[in-house]
Amino acid sequence: MSEQKRQSEDELLEKVTSTEYKYGFTTDIESDTIPKGLSEDVVRIISAKKNEPQWMLDYRLKAYKAWLEMEEPDWANVSYEKPNYQDVIYYSAPKQKPVLDSLDDLDPEMKKTFDKLGISLDEQKKLANVAVDIVMDSVSVATSFKETLAEKGIIFCSISDAIQDHPELVKKYLGTVVPARDNFFSALNSAVFSDGSFCYIPKGVKCPMELSTYFRINEAGTGQFERTLLIADEGSQVSYLEGCTAPMRDENQLHAAVVELIAMDDADIKYSTVQNWYPGNAEGVGGVFNFVTKRGICYKNAKISWTQVETGSAVTWKYPSCILKGDNAIGEFFSVAVTNNRQQADTGTKMIHLGKNTKSTIIAKGISAGKSDGNYRGLVKISKGATNSRNFSQCDSLLMGDKCGSHTFPYIEVKNNSSKVEHEATTSKIGEDQIFYCNQRGIGTEAAIALIVNGYCKDVLNQLPMEFAVEAQKLLEISLEGSVG
Amino acid sequence: MLKINDLKAGIEENQILKGINLEVKAGEVHAIMGPNGSGKSTLSAVIAGNEDYEVEGGSITFNGEDLLELDPEERAHNGVFLSFQYPVEIPGISVSNFIKTSISEKRKAQGLEPLPTKDLLKMMREKMELLSIKQGYLSRNMNEGFSGGEKKRNEIFQMAMLEPRLAILDETDSGLDIDALRIVANGVNKLKSADNATVVITHYQRLLDYIVPDFVHVLYNGRIIKSGGAELAHELEEKGYDWVTKEADKQWA
Ligand SMILES: Nc1ncnc2c1ncn2[C@@H]1O[C@H](COP(=O)(O)OP(=O)(O)OP(=O)(O)O)[C@@H](O)[C@H]1O
Ligand SMILES: [Mg+2]
Repeated sequence: MSEQKRQSEDELLEKVTSTEYKYGFTTDIESDTIPKGLSEDVVRIISAKKNEPQWMLDYRLKAYKAWLEMEEPDWANVSYEKPNYQDVIYYSAPKQKPVLDSLDDLDPEMKKTFDKLGISLDEQKKLANVAVDIVMDSVSVATSFKETLAEKGIIFCSISDAIQDHPELVKKYLGTVVPARDNFFSALNSAVFSDGSFCYIPKGVKCPMELSTYFRINEAGTGQFERTLLIADEGSQVSYLEGCTAPMRDENQLHAAVVELIAMDDADIKYSTVQNWYPGNAEGVGGVFNFVTKRGICYKNAKISWTQVETGSAVTWKYPSCILKGDNAIGEFFSVAVTNNRQQADTGTKMIHLGKNTKSTIIAKGISAGKSDGNYRGLVKISKGATNSRNFSQCDSLLMGDKCGSHTFPYIEVKNNSSKVEHEATTSKIGEDQIFYCNQRGIGTEAAIALIVNGYCKDVLNQLPMEFAVEAQKLLEISLEGSVG
Repeated sequence: MLKINDLKAGIEENQILKGINLEVKAGEVHAIMGPNGSGKSTLSAVIAGNEDYEVEGGSITFNGEDLLELDPEERAHNGVFLSFQYPVEIPGISVSNFIKTSISEKRKAQGLEPLPTKDLLKMMREKMELLSIKQGYLSRNMNEGFSGGEKKRNEIFQMAMLEPRLAILDETDSGLDIDALRIVANGVNKLKSADNATVVITHYQRLLDYIVPDFVHVLYNGRIIKSGGAELAHELEEKGYDWVTKEADKQWA
């Protein structure tokens, strides 16, 4: 334990003293890859490779056709060279044994990757047990966590497995919150998604542990199209963690995930993300394009809480949203979005109030450094029938240096007069006087910035499960290194 | 302990300190007085290493070491403490977390492990008692929404926790009510020892009734124009600065 702790402290020190992206390396794992480009045939091949039922193939083909007619959106306040969608590899599955006897059997390249990420041996063992959908239990050290979940009737598996083993659930819910036609990227994802996670919490069950998934981009030129579907049945509760790191690349990597959450009556979903895709080098070359559609629906008395710490990607386009359909439903969005160097982010949330007495809270903290651009875009929509509804939004931006930018685009629509919407916004800078004050108390400039940034993000970091909060703090520190002074 | 020799410093073209000479020995208490804008805070900032000010000449040594060579945090690690005239807010960071970080960084610089949380909390309780600080204060955010007096008390609390060798108190008395002044002054007195030294910058004799100085200096227009014993402060309180500054104006005209 103490050895492990020391290791992680050393690791932190090392990170603090090196400004290059720490997780920038690639893994040479033999992959089962199909040729570049997108066509109806490619969609069919993907579906066939996964041995999917006809309804799934039909779903994909319909999405593909819709996508062909759609245009890539350009209303976001970001500018980038649009990817050539014919230059992307749409299917690649790492060839790996699904279950290993010991770590010695693990692909040595994969082992090296884990080591570089500083993942402890215990965690590595758990990670190595599952091949594509890398799943681990962040709470108990016991390996029996799948059994524990099964005892409660919880299903937690890859979406591919769910399509095979629980087709009725997938068929019933897939695309109900984010229809394929919702937007350009969701259509693309619906046509070609390769994998992702599926989770079902039965009625009245409180998930006994945090569910967490690690995703990595592993194949050169491979777009990542993850699909996550999480269903919390009536009165159930779940906390889900999602975290990513990506290897360094020279060409831009496309990432277009779709996440759908369904919170039935009285259910409670907490969805936390730490996003650390490769942001590109200081000039912005080679970073990941992250175009994500995340949305949840809340039925009566249900609650969905999105928490995200976004430090990576060259371009981010992401608006985790809540549809508050049932009466008394609650939606929350807590976000820290960091941009540094040439990074661009256009992120925020949408809170759609449909039910009566629905409540939403938005706390968005942007941090811009270097020559980056951070944008908050949020929509609060209170429909006519959503009487006595409430929204509170707070959007803060912190600027480091004078070459970066930040913008806030709040859109508010209230269609009844018993509801109340409050919006607060601030822009601040880290003051030289704050840094000197810390210095005078023996706290060096790097540590002072980390401290001040942590204080600024406190309301959001407090929402994260403990271990994740620590990881998030580390990421904030790394991503802001050398950005002041 | 502290030796300042012909120190000249300023901002851009504007020279604020025009040749300061001052020696402070261990165990001593020095008071610096002087009209507004004479350079008292600038002097304390330069000693603490604020890079806003450019040192144009002269030297500062601290226990024989060239202080001007060190970063502000290194000076702090060596035992230099400045109680700010205008303490700064660090939103979202609790007093306890800030002080913990501060002490850990200092210990790290000395090659020591962080203090166990239990010991740290015990020490905080003791010092809080010494300064009559109310419960609940540790979890407030650093200076955020603090009243003027609370900010000053917070400075002295940090001083008590860090146990510096040289403490410079820049107008710590202004903003304190009568009771708080006495409490803070008593606190400072209790922390005094033969190994450490205190420099108090003040406008009022009142503080010096509690913290009795060995030396009193008058800083005016970037220079120390007069030094004396504790009685000098009384004289200034009575007669104002005119009688000393006029002479200086003539001399430096
Ligand atoms: N950062 C700064 N930028 C510009 N001028 C400055 C700066 N700091 C100090 N000065 C100027 O230097 C002179 C000395 O200021 P300083 O704050 O040291 O005075 P002081 O003796 O502490 O005054 P007070 O008794 O009012 O606290 C003043 O004229 C002030 O305006
Ligand atoms: Mg002053």
